[in-house]
This record gives sequence, structure tokens and C-alpha cells, in this order.
Amino acid sequence: MLGHATGGAHTQQALDPELDTFPKLVRRNATRWPRKVAIREKDLGIWQTYTWRDYFEQARLIALGLAALGFRRGDKVAIVGDNRPQLYWAVAATQALGGVPVPLYQDSIEQEMAYIVDHAGARFAVVEDQEQVDKLLHVRDRCPRLEHIVYEDPRGLRAYREPGLLGLDELVERGRKFGEDNPTYFDEEVARGHADDIAIICYTSGTTGQPKGAMLSHRNLIVTAMNAVATEGLGPDEEGFAYLPMAWVGDHMFSYAQSIVTGFAVSCPESARTVLQDLREIGPTYFFAPPRIWESILTGVMIRLEDAARPKRALAHACLRLAQDLERRRLRGQPRPLWKRLLLPLAHLLVLDPLADNLGFRRIRIAYTAGEAIGPEIFVFFRALGVNLKQVYGMTESSALISIQRDGEVRLDTVGTPLPGVEVRVTPEGEIVYRSPGVFQGYYRNPEATRQTLEDGWVHSGDAGFIDAQGHLKIIDRARDVGRLADGTLFAPKYLENKLKFSPYIREAVCVGHGRPWVAALINIDAGAVGNWAERRGLAYTSYTDLAQKPEVYELIRQEIARVNRSLLEDEVLRGAQIRRFLILHKELDPDDQEITRTRKVRRAYIAQKYAPLIEALYSDREHVPVEAQITYEDGRTATVRANLRIRDAETFAVAAAS
Amino acid sequence: MSAVAARATPLLEVQGVSVRFGALLALQRVSLEIHPGEILAIIGPNGAGKTTLLNVISGFYHPYEGRILFQGRDRTRLRPPEVAALGIARTFQNVALFKGMSVLDNIMTGRLLKMRSHFLLDALWVGPAKREELRHRAVVERIIDFLEIEAIRKTPAGRLPYGLQKRVELARALAAEPTLLLLDEPMAGMSVEEKEDMCRFILDVNQEFGTTIALIEHDMSVVMDISDRVVVLDYGRKIAEGPPARVRTDPAVIDAYLGVPHA
Repeated sequence: MLGHATGGAHTQQALDPELDTFPKLVRRNATRWPRKVAIREKDLGIWQTYTWRDYFEQARLIALGLAALGFRRGDKVAIVGDNRPQLYWAVAATQALGGVPVPLYQDSIEQEMAYIVDHAGARFAVVEDQEQVDKLLHVRDRCPRLEHIVYEDPRGLRAYREPGLLGLDELVERGRKFGEDNPTYFDEEVARGHADDIAIICYTSGTTGQPKGAMLSHRNLIVTAMNAVATEGLGPDEEGFAYLPMAWVGDHMFSYAQSIVTGFAVSCPESARTVLQDLREIGPTYFFAPPRIWESILTGVMIRLEDAARPKRALAHACLRLAQDLERRRLRGQPRPLWKRLLLPLAHLLVLDPLADNLGFRRIRIAYTAGEAIGPEIFVFFRALGVNLKQVYGMTESSALISIQRDGEVRLDTVGTPLPGVEVRVTPEGEIVYRSPGVFQGYYRNPEATRQTLEDGWVHSGDAGFIDAQGHLKIIDRARDVGRLADGTLFAPKYLENKLKFSPYIREAVCVGHGRPWVAALINIDAGAVGNWAERRGLAYTSYTDLAQKPEVYELIRQEIARVNRSLLEDEVLRGAQIRRFLILHKELDPDDQEITRTRKVRRAYIAQKYAPLIEALYSDREHVPVEAQITYEDGRTATVRANLRIRDAETFAVAAAS
Repeated sequence: MSAVAARATPLLEVQGVSVRFGALLALQRVSLEIHPGEILAIIGPNGAGKTTLLNVISGFYHPYEGRILFQGRDRTRLRPPEVAALGIARTFQNVALFKGMSVLDNIMTGRLLKMRSHFLLDALWVGPAKREELRHRAVVERIIDFLEIEAIRKTPAGRLPYGLQKRVELARALAAEPTLLLLDEPMAGMSVEEKEDMCRFILDVNQEFGTTIALIEHDMSVVMDISDRVVVLDYGRKIAEGPPARVRTDPAVIDAYLGVPHA
């Protein structure tokens, strides 16, 4: 299935040299919209707002502070913490001085942090709090180039006497002084910046091997942001929500690049635990979430629904069913019965609108899902609520964006058409390759990986897919993950896993089957949803492992798998790959154990190796398999968990039943 | 820290205090000092008189002999509200929160002693009353941020898991901006992770607000980790006192914990 699609001519877009870097654009925003809100943060229970003038002024002072510490052009600055205005300013400040910010995942364990800080050769780190400072201090001897650690929140750090440790307030003070002594320094440094300077190095989590640092230039990010903004009709009055890790290119594109290019405001939640409450208070118009967030929101809704009184629950389910049925028909281009369409406004009035309001989705004009394929059921649910949820495809190496579903062209099974300037091709092997103004400048200090990925300006995405008759891009799976059963039946593990994960009771799933007679699944239950379900049935349990191994829970999951198997009948290509046997894992898959990436992508090769005895047991006729597992705590310590896991057969459906 | 603290004048002195319940001598001539800025752990087997000692300090019980001095002044006979007004706050062994009230309101009650305004002005929420509530709310929000309980600000206290209720209780005690904080088994019944969190919060409170802390605790590893000094009680008597490392190896303490028969 070959194909080729473009979103318009591929040209080197000319940028105004006065506006060709982010610091220059921030300065423009400060002049154009001095009083307009640029960024908010909930602090001490109150939304603190900062205007574009504040944004610029703070970034300037931080830059001057860094300069006072001896910052040189080209220096790397590690940025670690939750989404905080101060950290975004630090990104702009670094860029203003011709340095390169390197954002890190705030939940990285010490080894990961040491690797990236050392690999990037960061001389400075700007971090949120004591937790991050502690981690950096612990690995300092492995990062010889790291000289200065600047922290935003001084709490717990007053007694620290380590050299090179400095509070952000003090840095800003020094910056103020430095600025008085060198009044033209900042503007001169900003003026030396150029569109083709490296704006950021984003380390990709990678499902295999060590992280790779993708270098993106100002031009990459600005042109990609401008193209997306124009295509989607985003304006300066959007409200964004900055809550995904700053280390992830998606957040950098939406909360930094697009916000600065367009001038719209973003809001940072108070803490990771208050994200959903803060979301409701802000009511964003422009919202981005990977499938796992949409899933967890949906799971939350379903749990609360199950706890509602019976008449309310029945009404809610009836309205949701009606709206979802209509939405599904619309997406498939099937006729929508008149009586259902007439009832829809009532469903909106009674259930859908209040629910959307409760979730903070009432004002959304555009919502995206990306990073992974989303379960069609999850997708339909939110669209039925009236959320304009669209699929986006992209990766770090493309400055986050390759294709977007245009309004009115939203479909279940594609990721839309390429953005302007983006060309997409499918290789004879079925791999998607692309070329665009957003294509990265290579991996930092890794020419070998760069050579493998980047060929004559075309990037190998590593995804298998095709371009359909309407020019829509369809992703099947990671190219190397798509396999065949022993009898040759096509097997796409992620496709199955996403279907499984639509169940509120299933948090994570790993399907195996390549070269095997049939498909088997390792299931992770959702502790919240299954715990709630068990409580309502008076089912006592002591721990996650205990709950996971209850026969009742196995029966519950068995029904969920039967649902997935039945729905597979609709797909002509994949209907042969139904799940035959499964087990429920004793522990949650965790990035600290390297089983999934920090963006929650399953690391198949690692799991296949780590859980090899379990997988063998699945393909034997045994009903139990003992397991012993190392788990890693957040502080890096490890412990061992032992359990005896059950294995059960799943219900499968004959193909004939469907036709 | 203990070395610095020892040189300063004691924040609180307990001098030869005895407490009797009927025939039971709960405390016998116990003397100890709490120095400004330190974390003092009071340990001992069950029934050793630890909670009684805390209750004497906070004015629930009055000793039949001995004196209690706070900041050099005798206040042996004060009642609990008066003690609280002096700047001594406490938490309880069993959680004592208003279960139906939100976390925020529970913590606000910790500010009650500091509220001045008139009920009529309060009801209308005008002028000084409004300004005052905003001021108190700001203090409370700082504590909420400090103890990382933003996500449960509006949750009724009774619906929270035990470990969080303990944290809210600590927050309420902190809301009084105490000079001396008394914690009665702050980590009882907690999981290992909850204990680690609580330890960190106690250390942070001590360091960040400069609050002097006296706490009762059973978990010896916790005591060793966070306290500057330890006082050991057994059968109402003080049997040892000193830095944790020394107290741990004290023969009298080992006897008390291993249950050597008492003469």
C-alpha cells in the first residue's frame, strides 16, 4: 500500500529576522500586548497571572542572572520540574543568551537524569524544588560539567551549603544588578540569535536503548507552530493548559512555541494532583492530552456514574448511548435516524452539557489526542460530549506535528492529512517517512542514530501505516511491532491493547503473538476502578496483587476481553487475531522499572524478556505461574514481590458469526 | 543543632512534675527542658506517661507537684485555651478533626485564637472582617501548599484516608503559628511511605518555620532519623535523656524496652 501525501509545497519559509527566535517573539508580545495575560499559575489557591510584559521582563532578568554567573553562548541548561511559569521563562532566558535549554522529565530517577545531564553537557540546571536539587546533587559527580543549580522553591533548601546552589530570587537579583552595569547586554545577545540556532534539545524517551537528544531549531518550531496555528485558526484569545511534562515536545509546541507565536495564554495547574480540578476552573479553549489522560478522565466519569443512584445512572447511560451512537454513525458516514437526532438536544440538556461542564470542557474549541493511537470508544465518547476532539500525528523529530484531522474531516481510524509544508510517503516496506520544515537538526552527539533516522531530509518514523484514497494518513502500529501469527494472520498488538484499554478496569495491556499460534495478553488492572468495583460487591482485598488475583476480577476481565474479541469481528484484516489466553499482572507496569516509557508507551522487547516465563506459561496448558519481580521505588531502591498468577482462557468468536 | 540549642535558654521547662490519677502515679517528678529550635522525641513503653506529659504541658491536666515554665514564666495552672494563646499547639493520638467540615475550614479553625473581628462584621463580610479573613486565608494557604494538600482543600475531612487526616491535623496545628508544636504519635498507623512523608514534613516545619517540636513516637527508626534529643520515660519516670545515638545504647532504655522486671 504505497502512498504519498502533502499538505502543500515544501519551501524554506522565510522568517522576519526581527522575529526569528522565541526571545525576539516574546519581546514583540511584550510590546504588542503588554497587559494581556501570557501565563497563569495556581499558587496558594489563587490563580496568579503574568502578562506578556512580565513574561519578557522575568525572562530578561533570569537571562541576565545567568550571564552574571558566566553563561556563554552554546551552554546547555537542564530544566526540571512541573510546569511553572518560572521554568518557561528560564527556557526563554536560555535561548536569549544563545544557549540551549534541555528539559527533563520531572519524575526521572537519578540514573536517567545523570545520563541526560551528562550527555547534554549541561553547565546549568534550573529546577523546581528540593526533590530535583537532591537528585542532581546525588549524581553531580557523574556530571562533571554541571556547575550551577538554580532552584525556584527554596523550601527545605535553606540549610544546603553545596557550591553552585542558588535560589531563583537571588539569580534574578544578580541579574538586575548585572543589567544595570551592562544595560545593552541583553538586547545585543538577543540580536545575535538566528532562526537556525538550536532552540531546544528534547530527549526522546525511546522504547529501546538510551534516550536520544533531538535538536530543534527556532525555525523548526516557529514555522511548524505558525503552520498549525494558521491551519487550525488559533487566535491570541485561546486559553491553553500547560500540564504535560515540559520535557515532552508536545508541551513545548503547545504551551511554549504556539503560545508565543500566537500570543495566547496558558495556565499551569497547582500540582500534579489538582490537574482535573484546575482544568475545570480554567475551562481551556485549546486542550491537548495523550490517550492515557482521555482514558483516565473517562474512567473517572464511569466510576462516578457507577456510584450514582440508579435512575440517574440509567438516564446518563441512555443519553451517552444515544449521543455515541449518533457520533459513531457520523464518523462512519452512516445515516443517522431522525428520531435520535431529535432527541439529541434533550440529551445535551440533561446529561452531556452538564457533564462536559463538570469536566471543564464546555469552552473547548479544539482538543487533540496524540502520542499513541486512541481507543475508538474513548474517541467517540468525548466527541459525543461535544468536545471537538481530533487526532494528531507527530513526533519529537518533526517538532511535534506532522498531520492533523481538519474540522469536518474527523475520522475514527486516521490521523488526518499532513500540515502545510509536510510531505509524507510510505516506503515499500510499509514504513511512514516524512519531510517538513519541522524536521529536526539531528540527535545531539549521536551521528550514528541521526544517520539511521534522517536520510536526504526524510525522517524514518518507525511507524507502519498507509495513506488512504482521501489522502488521510493511517497508522497501524510501530513498524517493528506489527507481526504475524504462526499461520500468517496479521497481528497488530497496539491495536488490540488500545481496545482493551477502553475498559475502565484495564489500565495497561501487553499483547503477544508474533510467530505464535494465537494471541495472549498480559493485563494490568486499574486499581481505582477495580477497587471501587470490588468494594461495591463487598469483595475484600489487601493489596494490588491480591486484588489482581481474585477469581472474580479474572471473570470481570474475561468479559472485557470477550467484548474486545467480539468487536474484532468487524475488522476484516485483524479478526483472526483474537485473544485466546490471558493473565493479570501482579504489579503495575512502571516507567521506573523500564517497562513503559515516561510517556506510557509499552517497551515490548524489555517486557518480552522480563516476563518471558509468564509468556511461556501462557502458551502452555498451565493454570498458574509463579512470579518474582523486582520493583523500583521512587528513590531508586528496589524490593521483591512474589505472587502466583492465574492464567485463564478467553472467550473467542467464530468469524462466521459476524457475516 | 542540639549543641546550639543546649546553650540557649530553654523554651519550656518541666520541673519535678508529678501527676496522679487516684492511686496511679502517672508521672513522678519528671523534669526536662525543651530548647528553642530543636526536635525532641519522647519515647517509652506503653503506659509510660508520654501522653500524660503532653497533656500536662498543654494544660489538660495540672500536676499536683512541680512547675512548668514557658519562656521563663510559670504557667503551671493555665487552661488549654490559655496555653494555646501562648503559642503551643498540638495534635492528638487519635485524629480529632471536624469530620463534616472541609479541610480548608478545619485548618481555618486553627486560626480562631488569632481572629479579632466582630460577629456582625463577620456576618456581613465587610471592612476589617473581610481583610482579616483574607489575611488568615493567606496563612492557611501557605500551610496547604507547604504540606502538599492542595488537591483536598475542599474535601470533607472525614472522607480522607487516615494518613491524610493526620496531615490535615498537623496543618491545623501549624495554622496557629505555634512557637512549640506537640505531636502525639504523628505517624501511628501509617504506611512506610506515609511515614517518610510525615518525617519530611516535620523536618521541613522545623527548618522552614523555626518551630520547636516535641513529639511522641514509637517507631525508633523515625526517632533516630529526625530528633535532636530523646527523652525516655518508663513507669512515669524519666530514665534517660540525650542524643538519639547515645540513648539507644543506654542499658536502662534497653531494659525498659525488653521488659526487665522492676523492683
